[in-house]
Amino acid sequence: MRLSRCWAIARKEFFHIFRDPRSLALVILMPALLMLLFGYAVTLDVRRVSMVVLDRDHTQESLSFIQRFSASPYFNLRFVAQDEKKVKQLIDEGSVKMGLIIPWNFSKTVTSGKKVAVQVLLDGTDSNTANIVLSYVQAIGRQYTQEQTFTKVERMGLQRANLPVEGRTRVWFNEELESKNYFIPGLVAVIMSIIGVLLTGQVIVREWERGTMELLISTPVRKGELIIGKLFPYFFLSLLDLTLALLMAKWLFDVPLRGSITLLFLLSSLYILVALALGMIISTVAKTQLLANQMAMIIGFLPTFLLSGFTFSISNMPDWLQVMTYAIAPRYYVTILKEIFLKGAGFSFLWFETLTLVGFMVAGFWVATRSFKKELR
Amino acid sequence: MDKAPLTVEVEDLVKTFGDFVAVDHIRFQVGRGEIFGFLGPNGAGKSTTIRMLCGLLMPTFGKGRVAGFDLMEEPEKIKGAIGYMSQKFSLYDDLTVLENLRFFGGIYGLSGAFQRQREEQVLGKVGLGELRDRITRALAVGWKQRLALGCSILHEPSILFLDEPTSGVDPISRRNFWVLIQGMAERGVTIFVTTHYMDEAEYCSRLALIYQGKIIALGTPSELKLKTLSQGVLEVECRPLIPALDLLKKEPWVLESAVFGGGLHVIGKEGIRVEEEVSRFFQGKEIVIDRMGLIRPSLEDVFVSLIDKEEGQ
Repeated sequence: MRLSRCWAIARKEFFHIFRDPRSLALVILMPALLMLLFGYAVTLDVRRVSMVVLDRDHTQESLSFIQRFSASPYFNLRFVAQDEKKVKQLIDEGSVKMGLIIPWNFSKTVTSGKKVAVQVLLDGTDSNTANIVLSYVQAIGRQYTQEQTFTKVERMGLQRANLPVEGRTRVWFNEELESKNYFIPGLVAVIMSIIGVLLTGQVIVREWERGTMELLISTPVRKGELIIGKLFPYFFLSLLDLTLALLMAKWLFDVPLRGSITLLFLLSSLYILVALALGMIISTVAKTQLLANQMAMIIGFLPTFLLSGFTFSISNMPDWLQVMTYAIAPRYYVTILKEIFLKGAGFSFLWFETLTLVGFMVAGFWVATRSFKKELR
Repeated sequence: MDKAPLTVEVEDLVKTFGDFVAVDHIRFQVGRGEIFGFLGPNGAGKSTTIRMLCGLLMPTFGKGRVAGFDLMEEPEKIKGAIGYMSQKFSLYDDLTVLENLRFFGGIYGLSGAFQRQREEQVLGKVGLGELRDRITRALAVGWKQRLALGCSILHEPSILFLDEPTSGVDPISRRNFWVLIQGMAERGVTIFVTTHYMDEAEYCSRLALIYQGKIIALGTPSELKLKTLSQGVLEVECRPLIPALDLLKKEPWVLESAVFGGGLHVIGKEGIRVEEEVSRFFQGKEIVIDRMGLIRPSLEDVFVSLIDKEEGQ
C-alpha cells in the first residue's frame, strides 16, 4: 500500500468531479431536494381535518358542541349542511373527511341528563387518518360529557367532584409527539444511504465504460490503493451532504439536536464509509453506469426506507422480517441518529450499533476488493 | 532492471474464450533493444497476445517470462517493469496533458523532483511541452497518441508494448511516431508492437506473422521476403488490366496474382520461370504488355502469399 498512489488516484477523481459541474450540482442539490420533499411530504400528523356539520337541533347546546370542533386545530369546519343528502354527497366527493350529524333532540336530552347519540361519518379510505380522527372525536365527546356532568353536579349545589384516577401523561424525547421529530433524523439516514451508494456506484464501472480501465490495470497499482484512492473524494462530498442535511434538520425543520455534534459526525462518517463500500461493490459488479445507477437506487434506497425503522417501526413487523432488519446497516444508523438527536444519547448507549457498523464497513471493503478483478473482462 | 538478453520469451501460449481459440500455441523470443513487430489481420490474436504479455489477461495455457518475471505467477511484477499503450485511447479526456502525465507518474510510484524532471523530459520527447495545459479531449488524434506514449514511458520501462499505436493517425504523425520509437530502441528499450500497416512492419527488426491465432512466419523483414518468395515477384504493366488478372488467376502455375498500383503482381509457383510464362501466356490473347520486370517482393506480397498458403492447407 503506497499512499502516494492513493493520492494520485484521489486527485484525479477530484478533477473528474470538479470538471463535471452537472454531477457536482446533483451531489449538492439532491440531498437538499430529498430533505425538502420528504421533510414536508412524509408526515403522520393529522391536522385541519375538513368536516361538514348537519345541525338538526339549532340550540345553544348544539352550537357550543359544534364549536368544540371548529375551535380545535385538528378540525376545519368547511360546510354546514341542511340535509343528510348533502353530507353524504360531500363525503362521496372527497370534499370532507368527516360528517357530524346532531339529532333534533340534542339539547333536550343533554339538559335532562340522558344519553344522546351524535352521528359521526368518516371517510375510511385512509384508515390511518380515519383512526386518528376517530380518537379526536371521542376525546371531544368525552370532554363534553365530563363538563356537562360537572355543571350538573354544581347546579345541584354540591362541591365539584373529584375523579378518582386521572392519568397525567408526559411524553419523553418528543414532547409534542410531532412526527417530523421522528422522521427527520431517519431521513438523514435515507439521504446518506442514497448519496453514498450513488456516488461510488459509478467510480469503477465508469472507467470500464470509458475504456480507461484497460490502461489503469496495466499499471502496478494495487486494488486496495485504487479503492481507497477513489473513496477519498467521495467521502468528503458525502460529509458535505451530511452537513447540509443536518443544517436543514436543525434550522429548517427545528428538530431538536440534544446529543453531541462531534459524536453525530463521527458515527455518521462511519456509516458513510459503509454506504460508500456498498456502492463500490455495486460498481465492481455492474457492467454499465446505467445499471449501476439503478442498482444503487434500489439497494441504497429500499432497505433504508422500508426496513431501517425510518418509516415503519421494526417492532411492529412480523418476526421473520424483524430478523432481516438486523442484516441491513441503515437500521443501526437510524437508531444512532434518533438516539443522538432526540435522546441526546452518548457513546456508552451506542457502542453496539457502532461496532456493528465497523463490522459492516470492514466486510464491505473486503468484498469490494475481492470482487474487483485487475484483469480484462 | 533486467539485463538478460531475452526480454520476452513465451512457449506454447494459448488463450481460449469458450470454444474460440484466440491464440494457439505460439512461441517466440524477443531480444533486448529489438523492435518486434506482431503483424496480422484484425482478429488474428494480436491484441489478445499483447494483453497476455502485459498481465491483463491470464493465459489459458503455456509459459513465458516478461522482463524476467513469470507470466503466470507474477503478472503484477511484470506490470511495474513494462509500459503499455492500448489500442483504444484510454487516457482521461477531462484531464489536461500534464495532469494525465502526473497521474500516471504517481501510479508508477514517481515522486518529488524526479517526477517533475521526468515529466519535463517526456513532454520534450513527445513534443507536447506547449500543450501541457490543454484538456486532452481537445487534442488531435496524433497528439493523443503521443501523450499515450508519454504516459507509458514516464517510469522508464525496459519493455514497451504498443497495441496498434498508429491506427487512425495521419501519415506524417505516424512517421514522427516511428522516429520516436526507433530512438528508444536504439537506447536499449525493447519494443513490442502490433500493427496491420505493412509499411510500419518494415521499421521492425523482427516480425511475427500471426494468422488465426497461429504464428505462420517469424524472422527479419528481409528473411521473410527471401524465404517466402525466393522466386521473386513479377510486376506486369498491361492492358486491359482486369481481364488479364482474371485469366491469370485460372492458370495452375500462378501462385498469386493481384492488382498493385497500375499493374499486376504475379508470383509463380516454385520452379516456374514466371516472366517467360507470362509473355507466352498473353500472346495470342488480346492483352498488350507495356512493361514487365522482376522486382523485390514487398512485405505485403509476402503476407498475402503466406496467408493464401495457409488457407490452401
